[in-house]
Amino acid sequence: MGRRILVTGAARSTGRRLVGALAEEPEVERVVAVDDLEPAEPFPARVEHLAVDLRSPALVRTVQSAGIDTCVHLGVTAEPRAAGGRASMKERNVLGTMQLLAAAYHAPDLRRLVLKSTTAVYGSSAAGPALWTESMPHETPRHGFGKDAIEVEDYVRSFDRRRPDVAVTVLRLANQVGPTVDNPLTRYFELPVCPTMLGFDPRLQFLHEEDTAEVLLRATLGPTHDGTFNVAGDGVVLLSQAIRIAGKPPLPIPEPLVNRVAELVGRTVDFSPEQIRFLQYGRVADTSAAAGQLGFTPKWSSLHAFEDFANTRLRRLVTEEQVARLEQDALGWLRRAAGWVARELPR
Amino acid sequence: MSPASRRCRARTRKGERCRNPAGPDGLCAVHRRQSKAATPEPQAPLPGPPTPDAREPQAPFPAPPTPGAREPHPNRGPEPTPEPFASLLHWAEEAVEFLGRRVLGEYEIDEFGHDPDLVEHVLAPLLRPLYRHWWRVETRGLEHVPDSGPALVVGNHAGTLPFDALMVALALLDEHPAHRALRMLAADLAFDLPVIAPLARKSGNTLACAEDATRLLEAGELVGVWPEGYKGLGKPYRERYQLQRFGRGGFVEVALRTGAPIVPVAVVGSEEIYPMLANLRRLARLLGLPYFPVTPTFPALGPLGAIPLPSKWLIEFCPPIETAGLGPDAVLDPMVLFDLTDQVRDTIQQTVHRNLLERGGAFS
Repeated sequence: MGRRILVTGAARSTGRRLVGALAEEPEVERVVAVDDLEPAEPFPARVEHLAVDLRSPALVRTVQSAGIDTCVHLGVTAEPRAAGGRASMKERNVLGTMQLLAAAYHAPDLRRLVLKSTTAVYGSSAAGPALWTESMPHETPRHGFGKDAIEVEDYVRSFDRRRPDVAVTVLRLANQVGPTVDNPLTRYFELPVCPTMLGFDPRLQFLHEEDTAEVLLRATLGPTHDGTFNVAGDGVVLLSQAIRIAGKPPLPIPEPLVNRVAELVGRTVDFSPEQIRFLQYGRVADTSAAAGQLGFTPKWSSLHAFEDFANTRLRRLVTEEQVARLEQDALGWLRRAAGWVARELPR
Repeated sequence: MSPASRRCRARTRKGERCRNPAGPDGLCAVHRRQSKAATPEPQAPLPGPPTPDAREPQAPFPAPPTPGAREPHPNRGPEPTPEPFASLLHWAEEAVEFLGRRVLGEYEIDEFGHDPDLVEHVLAPLLRPLYRHWWRVETRGLEHVPDSGPALVVGNHAGTLPFDALMVALALLDEHPAHRALRMLAADLAFDLPVIAPLARKSGNTLACAEDATRLLEAGELVGVWPEGYKGLGKPYRERYQLQRFGRGGFVEVALRTGAPIVPVAVVGSEEIYPMLANLRRLARLLGLPYFPVTPTFPALGPLGAIPLPSKWLIEFCPPIETAGLGPDAVLDPMVLFDLTDQVRDTIQQTVHRNLLERGGAFS
C-alpha cells in the first residue's frame, strides 16, 4: 500500500509546493490537502482538497477513515490580519492543532507527524546566547506567533508521549525568503523604505523556499527522525546588510516612536507585535543537529537566499553597475589628482 | 547531490574563498553580477574594476604605496608619486573600495555578527590613535598568545568604560604576529544599548555565557574574558589596582571543558582614565545602569568630561596556564576550579603590582 498523506495549511505557498511535489511521487497513494483557502494555483488532479477549517468534524472523519499514515502540519500562521485578527489567529493556530492532534490520536494507521514550527520560539533578546540549539532553555515569547508556536509544540510533544508508535519531527524553520514566498518579512523588504530601530542592527537568518520544500519533503518521505531540528541557511545576514542588498533606504526610528510606526507598518506588512523585538535583537539558530541527524544542509546560505529574493522580487535603488562606475570615477579622479600633485609639487 | 561541495570559485575582496553556493557557471549570484558589471568597461585607462577572479588577494589595488612601482599611465607616462602622497592615495583608494562594498552589502559576517571588514577599516583605525598616542600603550609577552587555535585571555577590568578590553584586543590585532582577533565576552547590557549593541557584535563580542564561550573556543578562536565584570569596572579610584572577586570561576570551567590554555593579561593604566570618586547609585538604578560615575571632570564638564585622561599604559600577557592536561573530569571537582581561578587572579595581581612599580607616575 502506498503512502497516504494529509497536509494542513496546504493552500499557502509552502503547502502548495509540498502538495505538488507529493502528488508526483509514485510511492504516494493519496494526498489530502486541508485548507479553507483556495490555493493561488489549483491543486493537481489527484490531490483531494478538503476545504475546511482545522476545527471541522470533517477533518476528524477524514483522518480516521482515510487510513492516513502521515500528517504534515503546516497550518500555524504568523499573520494576524490574514487570519481575521489576533484572537482568531490564536484560535486557528492553537485550537486547530489541538483538534488535529485529537483526531490523529485515534488514527490507527498514523506512523508519522511532521510539524512546521519556527525559530521564533526562541524569542529575541539581548540576554540570549548568540546561537540557539534545540535543547537550550529559552525564555517564552509572551505574544503572538512565537507564543502560538510554543504552545503548538507543547501539544505536539504531549501527543508524542501518548502515541509512542508515531515518529514526530518538529522542524523549526528560520524566516523564509525566495522568489515566490509571501510573508510579513518579505513584505517588509518590499516597502519603499525599511523602518529599523535606531541604534540596533540584528543578525538574521534566512531559509530559501527551495530548501523549505526540500526539508519538508524529506521529513515526509525520507527515513523517520524523532526530534526537533532547527533549519536555516548557513551564516547570518545583518539587517543593515539585508537592506543594502535589497537596495532600499533604511529609516531608523527612535525608540519612543517605534510602537506608533509599527502600528502603521503593521497594517501593510501584517506582523504580530513580537516582530519588533526581532528587528531589535534578531535571532540565530544552530543548525548542526539538522546537518548531523537529518543529514540536511540547505543548498542556499542565508546571504545567498536573501540575494536571490532581492534579485527576483525587489528593484534596487542603487545598482551594482552604478556603484562600480562611481568607484571607477572616484579612483580615476584620485589617481589623476595624485599624478598632478606629483608633477606640480617639485616646482 | 551534495550542494555544499559546490562553492563559488571566485574569491571575496578580502582574498578568502567565497562561501556561497555556486551556480552552473561556477560562480555565486554576487560574483556573477560582479563579473558582468566589470566586463563592459575594458577601455578604462587604469586596470579595470574589481573582477574577483583577476584580483590578487594580497594586493587589493593595482597601485602600491611605493613610488616607481605604479602601473605606467598610458597617456602621460610613468608618474612617480612622492611617498606621503602614495600612502594617502592608497588610503583613499581603500576607502573608496570599502564604501562601494558597504553600499552594496557585499561583505560577510560570522554567526556571532563579527564583521572583520568594518573592524579593519573603521573601528581599529578609530582606536589606534588612543592606543599609540593618547595612552602610549606598551605591550609585552605577546609570545604567550598562541598563533592559532583556541586560548582564553583573562584580564583585570577597570576604568569605568571598558577601554582596557578594547586596547587588549587592539594589541592582539596590531602587534601579535598572527594579528589575532580577540572575541570578547561582554555583559548583556552591551547588547541592549542602542548604537553600542550592534558595534559590540560587529567588533566580535558576544554574551558572557558558557554556551557562546564554548562555541568560540571549539571553533579555535581567541576568547577574552574579564571576570571582575562591573565590580572591577565600576570600583572607586581609591581601590585602584586591587582585583575584585573573579565571578564564580565560570571561565575556568569553560577552559577545562574545551582544553583551551588560559593566558592571564595584566593591564596597567586603565584605572586612571576616569578616576571614579563617587557612584550615584540611585541615579544609576533609575537609568538602569550598573553604576553612575562621578569623576573630577564628569558630569561637571558635561561631554568634555567624557574625554579620558592620558595615563601611561602597560599591557603584559603572562605565560599560559595549560588546562588540557587536567582532563575534562577536572570540571567536576570544585577544588580544581577554585585553585585555578585563584592562580589566574594572583598571576594578574602580581603582574599588575610589578608593572605599576616599573611605570612610576601615572601620567609620565
